Amino acid sequence: MSDYNFAYLDEQTKRMIRRAILKGLAVPGYQVTFASREMPMPYGWGTGGVQVSAATLTPEDTFKVIDQGSDDTTNAVSIRKFFEKTARVAVTEETEKASVIQTRHRIPEAALTEDQILVYQVPIPEPLRFLEPRETETRKMHALQEYGLMHVKLYEDISQHGAIATSYAYPVKVSDRYVMDPSPIPKFDNPKLEMAAIQLFGAGREQRIYAVPPWTPVVSLDFEDYPFEATKADHACDLCDAEDSYLDEVILDDAGNRMFVCSDTDYCRARREAGHVGRLGEEAA
Amino acid sequence: MSVSLNRAYGGGFADPAVDSARAFRAAMNVMAKPGEIRDLDSAQPPAPLSAAAGTLLLTLCDPETGVYLAGACDTPELRGWLAFHTGAPVVAAAEADFAVGTWAELMPLDPYRIGTSEYPDRSATLIVEMDALEQAGATLRGPGIKDSATLSLPDAAALAGNAMLYPLGLDFFFTCGGKVAALPRSTAISEG
Amino acid sequence: MYVAVKGGERAIENAHAWLAEERRGDTSVAELAVAQIREQLSLAVNRVMAEGSLYDPDLAALAIKQARGDLIEAIFLIRAYRTTLPRFGATNPVETGKMACDRRISATFKDAPGGQVLGPTFDYTHRLLDFKLTAEGEVPEAPTAEPRHEPTPHITEFLQGEDIIQREPESEATPGDLTRQPMSYPSGRDIRLQSLTRGDEGFVLGLAYSTQRGYARNHAFVGELRIGTVAVEMEIPELGFAIEIGEVELTECETVNQFAGSKTEPPQFTRGYGLVFGQTERKAISMALVDRALRWRELGEDDLGAAAQDEEFVLSHSDNIQATGFLEHIKLPHYVDFQSELELVRKLRREAGVEEVREAAE
Repeated sequence: MSDYNFAYLDEQTKRMIRRAILKGLAVPGYQVTFASREMPMPYGWGTGGVQVSAATLTPEDTFKVIDQGSDDTTNAVSIRKFFEKTARVAVTEETEKASVIQTRHRIPEAALTEDQILVYQVPIPEPLRFLEPRETETRKMHALQEYGLMHVKLYEDISQHGAIATSYAYPVKVSDRYVMDPSPIPKFDNPKLEMAAIQLFGAGREQRIYAVPPWTPVVSLDFEDYPFEATKADHACDLCDAEDSYLDEVILDDAGNRMFVCSDTDYCRARREAGHVGRLGEEAA
Repeated sequence: MSVSLNRAYGGGFADPAVDSARAFRAAMNVMAKPGEIRDLDSAQPPAPLSAAAGTLLLTLCDPETGVYLAGACDTPELRGWLAFHTGAPVVAAAEADFAVGTWAELMPLDPYRIGTSEYPDRSATLIVEMDALEQAGATLRGPGIKDSATLSLPDAAALAGNAMLYPLGLDFFFTCGGKVAALPRSTAISEG
Repeated sequence: MYVAVKGGERAIENAHAWLAEERRGDTSVAELAVAQIREQLSLAVNRVMAEGSLYDPDLAALAIKQARGDLIEAIFLIRAYRTTLPRFGATNPVETGKMACDRRISATFKDAPGGQVLGPTFDYTHRLLDFKLTAEGEVPEAPTAEPRHEPTPHITEFLQGEDIIQREPESEATPGDLTRQPMSYPSGRDIRLQSLTRGDEGFVLGLAYSTQRGYARNHAFVGELRIGTVAVEMEIPELGFAIEIGEVELTECETVNQFAGSKTEPPQFTRGYGLVFGQTERKAISMALVDRALRWRELGEDDLGAAAQDEEFVLSHSDNIQATGFLEHIKLPHYVDFQSELELVRKLRREAGVEEVREAAE
């Protein structure tokens, strides 16, 4: 890869992305348009996150990539490899050791610190898109802070199902101004959006970058009589016995027996190493 | 080669890709955490520009961004340096993406672009050269600040007025020698 | 004991090795040379250049070879390469009036200066499989004639002379570039044309066809279709004048459409425009029809709610690299989101009084 620039992107592209990130941080939750480049991986596979990471990484960084909470899923492996080659950064699977974490669909269980940066891959950055497909319309709605449509949708859920039927990519309001799509994280992760680390969101195909600075108020939309609820499977991790982590359900056999394991594989590993044992786990060696 | 040409060609990044990556991280951190002060000194621009302001210009400007050189910053040497290292066009305050100068030189704030309600990001960023930069003075609250922070601001009242325009408004970097801090429009300011 | 799935890295490496082997196919069959693809699959090469937005037949041929003949994958390879190239400058607009035409037909006039030149077209071939091609067969040399030396004027110029077709506004402005600026709506015709010329052939064809079938119908005559090479010239500041830096093959289509006139304009003809790299006439005609349909606002026509009139719809969905990436990404793991949906649906069913068939995990 030596024919390519540091972190793959050319300097002018990185500057353009960096300017967008700064404006994003200055207006939390507002989606800044940027001239997303065609990356050597497909749109929809993290090109936005990759461009944000490329504009953010320095050679001193330690980089971690997760997809579905796991470092070992194929797309996470592929993106980690890409930056190992092009930005010569150290990589890690340990959340605490990472200075930049790129993620798809999860926020790590361990609380992040103010020295860390979390980069989200975002497929559809516009929280109003499924209610109004037109960019020209949704842009006006954000400008006028006209979010009634979103409340109507959530309310219709309640009247039909008795509950808000959105379980991931659950919309939030940032710093009491912009309604934002937190990317397709499970709503279990929403309360973590108020954190010490800088959060950057990149949507390559949709050409948007947005950001949430540390400690910014992030409120999941709800109603007084139907308050937001962060939910997960009502089990403990069968490997590490954690009761506070988001769980994946795994089908074990033809009879349909299930087990539940931490989606955050590093969190699970650390707990097992610390001696925690779940229902189907075994003592750490 | 004449002295002025040396000044124009010198003082850039030794390793542009890596130096600008590090510089951006400092700039991003201070913009994300109003009140925080970081080192930023990898460029050596001609006088009167500080190392921090020069580093910001090299990191963020290129032919796609208009730069307003306010007051004493508008020198042939600095124009030459900016043109050689960034290719950024020098423009009037009203067209500027970035403006640099002392607070007095940059005044008044009215001409700068504050964005539009549909595109609040299309606003200017001002790089304010300071005599001193310290975590004292006005009290800051808002995104990026856990409880409150303090920062020596040039004119807290004017900056509080800018914050009133939110989500429109200007964003600021404050530079002093090799140090940088920032104040986005999202920060609420009260006199300390 | 359950062990979490590991080995993503190994799996990827193995998949890539297998892919390389499949690409090569049976090694007892001679390997395809890039030059063979360039020369003998030239229409595929042209499509890859057009939708890849990069005029380089050798690289397009290489991409087709690497992509195992999947043209969208080949276009993707070219696009990803193209973004890394430095920009040295912009050429002058090409002058298609000076095109050395291999093909030039008009559906609006029986004959015109420059004549009707069929060129190398499939049009009147009977679509019968030519089994001779299964064996290697030499082709007889095609007859030749003295090439025309004087320029071939555009058909629409004759209509322009009569002032019966709408005049296009002239502009010295630099056209936008959607690969360098984010899209915003409404866009200009420059961006629309750029989007259409690199848009997916099938998508643009389908939209164009829909206008013919009545979704924002605006009957189009092919005023002219021409295919040939044009010189590419670039101003060199150090020289102070333009020099020819090469030539490219282009397909240009101008349609002549009806227009009833408006309050300010008398009845006259209007046009749609298509210009595409290489010999790509299906694409160029389609582009011209969609361009014309998108011009409804500027011409004061009604918005009929047709897909081909909807700029945001057309431009947001014409790019096959964006489309295929997003479409195919749904095969990536989504089990975190699925799990949250699973929990939600189970909860809603419980609350609706549906008895659980079995307790999971027990």
